[in-house]
Amino acid sequence: MEIKVALAGNPNSGKTTLFNSLTGSNQYVGNWPGVTVEKKEGRLKGNKDVLIVDLPGIYSLSPYTLEEVVTRDFLMNEKPDVIINLVDATNIERNLYLTTQLAEIGIPMVIALNMIDLLKNFGDDINIDKLSKEIGFDIVEVSALKGTGVLEVATKAVELAKRKEKAIPVHKFGSDVERALSQIGSLIKNRDDIPDELLRWFSVKLFERDKKVIEQLKLSGDISDKIEKIISDIEKMHDDDSESIITNERYEFITKVVASTVKKHRGNMTVSDKIDRVVTNRILALPIFALVIFIIYFISVSTLGTIITDWTNDVFFGEWVTGAAATLLTKIGTAEWLSDLILNGIIGGVGSVLGFVPQMFLLFFFLSLLEDCGYMARVAFIMDKIFRKFGLSGKSFIPLLISSGCGVPGVMATKTIENEKDRRMTTMVTTFIPCGAKIPVIALIAGAMLPDYAGLVAPAVYFIGIFAVIVSGIALKKTKLFAGDPSPFVMELPQYHVPSVKGLWVHMWERGSSFIKKAGTIIFVSSAVIWFLSNFGISGGSVGMVEGSKSFLGMIGGFIAPVFAPLGFGTWQATVATFSGLVAKENVVATFGIFFGLGNEIIEDDPTLLNMVAQLFPSVVAGMSFLIFNMLCAPCFAAIGAIRKEMASGKWTLIAVGYQTLLAYIFSLIIYQVGGLLIGALTFGLGSVAGIIALVFVLYMLFRPNPYLKKDLKM
Amino acid sequence: MRTLKDAKIGSTVRVVKLCGKGPLKRRIMDMGITKGTQIYLRKVAPLGDPIEVHVRGYELSLRKSEAENIFVEKA
Repeated sequence: MEIKVALAGNPNSGKTTLFNSLTGSNQYVGNWPGVTVEKKEGRLKGNKDVLIVDLPGIYSLSPYTLEEVVTRDFLMNEKPDVIINLVDATNIERNLYLTTQLAEIGIPMVIALNMIDLLKNFGDDINIDKLSKEIGFDIVEVSALKGTGVLEVATKAVELAKRKEKAIPVHKFGSDVERALSQIGSLIKNRDDIPDELLRWFSVKLFERDKKVIEQLKLSGDISDKIEKIISDIEKMHDDDSESIITNERYEFITKVVASTVKKHRGNMTVSDKIDRVVTNRILALPIFALVIFIIYFISVSTLGTIITDWTNDVFFGEWVTGAAATLLTKIGTAEWLSDLILNGIIGGVGSVLGFVPQMFLLFFFLSLLEDCGYMARVAFIMDKIFRKFGLSGKSFIPLLISSGCGVPGVMATKTIENEKDRRMTTMVTTFIPCGAKIPVIALIAGAMLPDYAGLVAPAVYFIGIFAVIVSGIALKKTKLFAGDPSPFVMELPQYHVPSVKGLWVHMWERGSSFIKKAGTIIFVSSAVIWFLSNFGISGGSVGMVEGSKSFLGMIGGFIAPVFAPLGFGTWQATVATFSGLVAKENVVATFGIFFGLGNEIIEDDPTLLNMVAQLFPSVVAGMSFLIFNMLCAPCFAAIGAIRKEMASGKWTLIAVGYQTLLAYIFSLIIYQVGGLLIGALTFGLGSVAGIIALVFVLYMLFRPNPYLKKDLKM
Repeated sequence: MRTLKDAKIGSTVRVVKLCGKGPLKRRIMDMGITKGTQIYLRKVAPLGDPIEVHVRGYELSLRKSEAENIFVEKA
């Protein structure tokens, strides 16, 4: 018989470490249905019948955050057989707060008291027997890091699950609140959907006016009125709302229990406090932050990372894999078109993406290090003031920065942002920052259109990228998608600690491998499709291999080209180049090379190519408009795959890519039409009107008052 | 009455009352800032916001706009 164990606890309590030692490498990582919250499951080491579900790290079971709602729904609807509640002994008051809520769910529970060795090092002591009695649940001492006590906790949990006794909470609140709860209890007693062990849970939820529970129970008007009367009497007495009264009562209970069971001898400053005094010091914090970021960027983006990526792309895929495959294909006599599909379409496409994988692992290693040691929370602390102005989180800084190297790990780095709205917003805007693959395109267009000022174009493009991020943040915050009260920032700054090598490895591997799996499929298919469309067309009445404008892609390009006419580049060549940029942005250069008969090995500063490209665009503004469109529109398939993975929703992926393309269109329209008017390349016409309307629209979105902002801003 | 936002860095205060309602108030209280709790103001972020406080044995950061809802007195 299968036993389902739920692992619950606060963030930073060592839950992931405990989960890893309970399950070993036997894990499955996915998402909770419909949300971007990660769901991890695994089988207990040595007992395949025991399924362990790692719940999101949460502080409370309030109905307000996604993680908390997911946890609550899981516990109430799927009824695990037993809960293991991990409690951090060094932070016991706040950790027990969740315990008092889990206790009311009626599911048997064992408390795993973690980091007790650390607590003893501080000179504190806990009377565990007494604590266990007062809380009403068995307590097992564990050290998740060292792996001690893990087996005992698992054994205890399985034993409890097999006994199948319902858990009845023993903790009590103040006498007046208890009286109110039992009055509510007697009003809803004897219903089929409220078993005895859940009577307190439902009474508390009704007392808190929890909307979900009220909806679920469908109480009669008479009973609702009576309950409302009970609640409002107490509220008047306490001069507070009922939800806050319950929270207060829980902490009052915990304060009492902790005072009688925990002996504190702790000094004021722990080692962690001393580190923090330097690291987030008012003067030193920013220089230290800059240094940390510089080291990470230098190693994983500019030096070691680039070397690895170039090697994987050029040598590993470019020579070894392609070479071996080519030899093999010739040997077995494959048709030319098929070997071209395999070599250029599939190995070329997938290879250009998988080439980033080693670099991504390097980057994920640093990100995991930052997160596991506790510095990531400080990043948010340091950067919050700037980023919240644009509807982003302080932690958005990291994805944006990484995206200047490559958007794929940049998008994946958004995982460290807790709040779902902030995470989605960051995922949507992070690829606006020009990545490494866009640099050849910038060099090509700058060299062709503005050879005298080429050095100024690149900084300008970066500036426009950053500007697009800021504009999006401000404008999207006021739309229905992201409207709502700003998410509370109130955030724990966890103790610094030395991360475990195993934890880092697991963390890094999880992120890297999930990208290969999920993003790999979308890239595989889309590369093959683009290859087919650009190499095949109708010739002589049947489908065959053709080149350039006769290919399907050329035809589609010719068909779509008028859409880009208002942006100044309505030619089939420019359109097809833009499409080929979806496989990888640097393909734009090679595509022009093919069109002008210069071959696909062309480099971006080849004088003939520059000359040809210059003739393709009627004016400087048309070229710039093309460049900006390619910088801002839908990113490459690899990045779209990463967005799909992080959004965990097809709809949100479409919204993100659609938004990016729309923004690119509007920006390019303004640059071409308004810019063209200003430099005198265009005369006033219908296009100018459209450009001016677009400009006014952007300004309106930026400066209009927020229609979703409630009048009472405070809470 | 003073709020946590106006309290001096390095001072210890006691919570008298929390105003408002809904998710933000619940979050602040969930994190252990309830009536009667002692709060030590550790520091302010380099750019002047948010602040870091020590409460119930751990470090918590919150924005000044959030701290404004917490009424305190000298401990």
